[in-house]
Amino acid sequence: MKRKFSFLLVMLAFPCVVLLLQGCSDLILFNPKGPIGDSEKSIIIVAFLLMLVVVIPVIIMTLWIPFKYRASNIKARYDPEWSYSNKIELTMWLIPFAIVLILSTILWRETHRLDPYLPIASEANPLNVEVVSLDWKWLFIYPEQNVAVVNQFVFPVKTPLSFKITSDTVMTSFYIPQLGSQIYAMAGMQTRLHLMADEQGEYTGQNQQFSGAGFPKMTFNAKATSQGEFDSWVQHVKQSPNTLDFARLEELRKPGTSDAAIYFSSITPGLFEHIVTKYDPMARNVHGPGETAHPAHGK
Amino acid sequence: MQTQSLTMPVNAPEEHAGHDAAATQALGFWIYLMSDLIVFSGLFATYVVMAHNYAGGPTGKELFHLPDALLETLLLLCGSAVFGLAMVAMHKGDKRLVLAGLAAAFLLGLGFLSMEASEFQHMIRAGAGPQRSGFLSAFFTLVGAHGLHVAFGMFWMVVMMVQMAAKGLTGPVQSRLMRLGMFWHFLDIVWIGLFSVVYLMGVL
Amino acid sequence: MFGKLTLSAIPYHDPIPMGAVYGSLLLGMTILSLITYFKKWPYLWKEWLTSVDHKKIGIMYIILAMVMLLRGFSDAIMMRAQQAIALGSSQGFLPPDHFNQVFSVHGMIMILFMAMPFLSGLMNIVVPQQIGARDVAFPFLNAVSLWLSVAGALLVMVSLGVGEFSRAGWSGYTPLSEQAFSPDTGVDYWIWSLQISGVGSLLTGINFLVTILKMRAPGMTLMRMPLFTWTAAFTTVLIIFAFPVLTVALSLLTLDRYCGMHFFTNDLGGNTMMYINLFWTWGHPEVYIVILPAFGIFSEVVATFSRKKLFGYGSLVYATAAIMFLSFSVWVHHFFTMGTSANVNIFFGISTMLIAIPTGVKIFNWLFTMYRGRVRVATPLLWTLGFLSTFAVGGLTGVLLSMPPADYVLHNSLFLIAHFHNMLVPGVLFGFMAGYAYWFPKAIGFRLNATWGKLSFWFWLTGFYLAFIPLYILGFMGMPRRMQHFDNPAWHPYLIIAALGTFFILCGIGCMLLQLLVSIRDRHATRDVTGDPWDGRTLEWLTSSPPAAYNFAVIPTVQDRDAFWDMKETGTAYRKPDRYVDIAMPRNTVYGLAIGGLAFLFGFAMIWYIWWLALVSFLGVIAVVLARTADDDTQEVIPAAEVERIEALRRGGA
Repeated sequence: MKRKFSFLLVMLAFPCVVLLLQGCSDLILFNPKGPIGDSEKSIIIVAFLLMLVVVIPVIIMTLWIPFKYRASNIKARYDPEWSYSNKIELTMWLIPFAIVLILSTILWRETHRLDPYLPIASEANPLNVEVVSLDWKWLFIYPEQNVAVVNQFVFPVKTPLSFKITSDTVMTSFYIPQLGSQIYAMAGMQTRLHLMADEQGEYTGQNQQFSGAGFPKMTFNAKATSQGEFDSWVQHVKQSPNTLDFARLEELRKPGTSDAAIYFSSITPGLFEHIVTKYDPMARNVHGPGETAHPAHGK
Repeated sequence: MQTQSLTMPVNAPEEHAGHDAAATQALGFWIYLMSDLIVFSGLFATYVVMAHNYAGGPTGKELFHLPDALLETLLLLCGSAVFGLAMVAMHKGDKRLVLAGLAAAFLLGLGFLSMEASEFQHMIRAGAGPQRSGFLSAFFTLVGAHGLHVAFGMFWMVVMMVQMAAKGLTGPVQSRLMRLGMFWHFLDIVWIGLFSVVYLMGVL
Repeated sequence: MFGKLTLSAIPYHDPIPMGAVYGSLLLGMTILSLITYFKKWPYLWKEWLTSVDHKKIGIMYIILAMVMLLRGFSDAIMMRAQQAIALGSSQGFLPPDHFNQVFSVHGMIMILFMAMPFLSGLMNIVVPQQIGARDVAFPFLNAVSLWLSVAGALLVMVSLGVGEFSRAGWSGYTPLSEQAFSPDTGVDYWIWSLQISGVGSLLTGINFLVTILKMRAPGMTLMRMPLFTWTAAFTTVLIIFAFPVLTVALSLLTLDRYCGMHFFTNDLGGNTMMYINLFWTWGHPEVYIVILPAFGIFSEVVATFSRKKLFGYGSLVYATAAIMFLSFSVWVHHFFTMGTSANVNIFFGISTMLIAIPTGVKIFNWLFTMYRGRVRVATPLLWTLGFLSTFAVGGLTGVLLSMPPADYVLHNSLFLIAHFHNMLVPGVLFGFMAGYAYWFPKAIGFRLNATWGKLSFWFWLTGFYLAFIPLYILGFMGMPRRMQHFDNPAWHPYLIIAALGTFFILCGIGCMLLQLLVSIRDRHATRDVTGDPWDGRTLEWLTSSPPAAYNFAVIPTVQDRDAFWDMKETGTAYRKPDRYVDIAMPRNTVYGLAIGGLAFLFGFAMIWYIWWLALVSFLGVIAVVLARTADDDTQEVIPAAEVERIEALRRGGA
């Protein structure tokens, strides 16, 4: 039995050792660069520690009880009819219940506070961004700057980001792990997300919901810069010969990936709204099937 | 029950086993009906969620004809009543009356299905088929699923009429007729839900 | 004539599927030749293929589960191997097209064609015996259920060589699984194999619920039933409520794909979120369907191998009932990130956490059963100990994920994969392995070799940790699931360790197969002559090993919980009855097999748009059912003298 103990300990210790050797900075969920991710990290740690209150005793008991009461240990007390105890019954219902109560309170408060639809309170003006997931690339539209980019998302640091997200293909999930929450992008619908970066840096953005053959390549570069750098980047984008109109959008919709970022110096107005509403299930008095290329009607 | 020896009972005699079998079959069928109810619940939920997904196409108000729906309801309700009478006859052992009751229920069901088929046909001709919109897909599927069940019930009636003619009102035949009755009444209840949720709420 | 089917559906140029096809065909031919050579066809036909005996049906279910375990695991090896090498410029050996099929079929097989048949098999062998019955309530439907499951599994296997399988995941999310994005036969294979086997599962649920409610031996009140029977009962309730919802989800998707409707399409008023809600309304209860029987097995094993009464019988029953009810109130936790309001996410997060409470209670009940017992660490108990320690970790990560903000960063990452495998492998699989080791002697008649069994366990346990702890870490490193290829070198070492874990599990499976061979070789020495190899507590240990067709010559009267233990204590266990009676048992029939075969043809025809074949096979099923109802002679009587002879033989051999 002692052999089994030590064997098990080695098994559990092994990945921890590898982990320590690797270095924690790769655990990006524990190295968030923004307030949303930071709160989420705290929740993970608190829930983990609280659950250990139950898990560690269970593991210890699983190893100790069969060892102590092994059939060959005739000195141990043997009570074959003992099958109920009020005290134990109460304890084993109440302690998990108490833990769940504590966690539920945290859950209730934090789920409201970290609602993706909730804007981030800040003195800085929010940056509005419209995101469209395509096969298999991400389109970022900056409505106030009137530019658009594929597979690159540059934004100023310490500025609340207000995303409106939709899809012009299957369901995908918009996610920048180092900043915090993901949210699904779905055709005909608009989801909202609010994030912020506290530090300048380059972060990976990705699609977290499998969407077909090009899925592994559906990543983008998310870059938090200073305000000045952001402004000059926008100017740089405005130098691009490309403009994003409906025809160009149709080309982008064709299945394929994009290794390099594509810049568009201007966008047809209402493009994002059109993408959202063209699948509108509750449209009334609109022309029949086959209608795809026209802008949204006044709604 | 025969006498027991030691602490071990002996197997029950034949008729007891037969009665037990019928009760067991009825319970099994009842549980199956509940699972069928869940299927319909899923279809109802889908319909309710998609009830306004007209996608620019026709709405319920434009399509549904309440007087027809009422007539369909009456046909089904009469069919249930007639089947009930047939069950009374079955318990009295009157085979001919059972056959007549089943035939009447079949005809009423046929009337219901023809009205429904006609309704579907009109809608499809008018460009309001199930491919037109999510709302119409949900409508045709929910109402159509019920109709398919009715058709299956009618097929079952024919099978029972054949079995009755061939074997008479044996124990197994009666047990099956009981289950068919449960099925037929169940479809009635589902239709009441359909009529209210789809037709009434669609138009009013 | 052949619908969409052409010779180009066979993947001639793909070595991996073709290798599997040739291998399967070779294996199949070998088996068929051996059966013919040893002239075993009549035996096979009479004793197995046309049997409606719940014990035989149970064994066939488990054979199906074991075969599909091998298939599903080979998919796992391929995935881990691919991910261990597909970094940067290396594309690995599985192009996206294949990798995406592999992960889709892996999940589907493991849940639907490994876990479901395994639990159906164990329930079949054990439950009627545990309640002192001769068979289930509807033996013919029982056979139909088995052959429908086989038909579904066969369709999945055929997809390897004819056409392809779905690339939309085991969950088939729309609109990816719609015609517009998945125009080939893959999703159709997935749909029809699920629908067909789903009917089988639903029938099993109804069958066993009626059996447990109606066919218990005299004196066996509900609160005297063994825990495995209790959990089987709760499982059947879950099956009856949940599977119809899957039927709806799949049928609506089918209507979209085949008839151009718009339930879940992007355009013309489809609502993709409705599919996800319907799917998970089934999907969450489904995972409880697979785990509750495992919990029942642990209850039996822990009491028997501690030589002690189960601790907290009542709270175990109520806790399981609570789990059953709660399992219908948590489904949104599978899509916290779909953009519902905070209040909705909160409700489902809290209800998810609530389920952890009764589950924890059960774990403590099992631990306290061993406390102050006399514990023998036989193979079944070893699997149970592995479960108790490892499952708790999975529960921890589950509670973590049930906090929506935590899920916002962990959803669809490898952390999620690690979490649910942490529940399914130590929970479901270890439970079924324990049940397999525990009831094998009863079902087959001789014991399994303990050394190979324990070795198998240690390989599985080690392999599990090596394969899945790195995945937790990768989740914290931001790696999503279902990646055919990746560019982040920091992920690489963990994926290699995970692949190593898979190799250990492969050794574990190898040990299982070796165990079987060695046990068969040694079967004469390890024959179970008493029917009670473990000094058991419940009624199934009263019958012989394997039991006679009728299980009990005389139906016992139950006086207490742990009915058999009570009979042994009061000396009434093996008394010879003063007289025997004729016993009526259901006759063999080919109709169950016929329905399975026709269902397979129907599924295949629908997949390939061979409409005439679909119609013919569908009508064929109706015809078989009609023939069955017309048949009044479905029972045969075993005369009392025959029963007496069988029982005397048993006594003589004891």
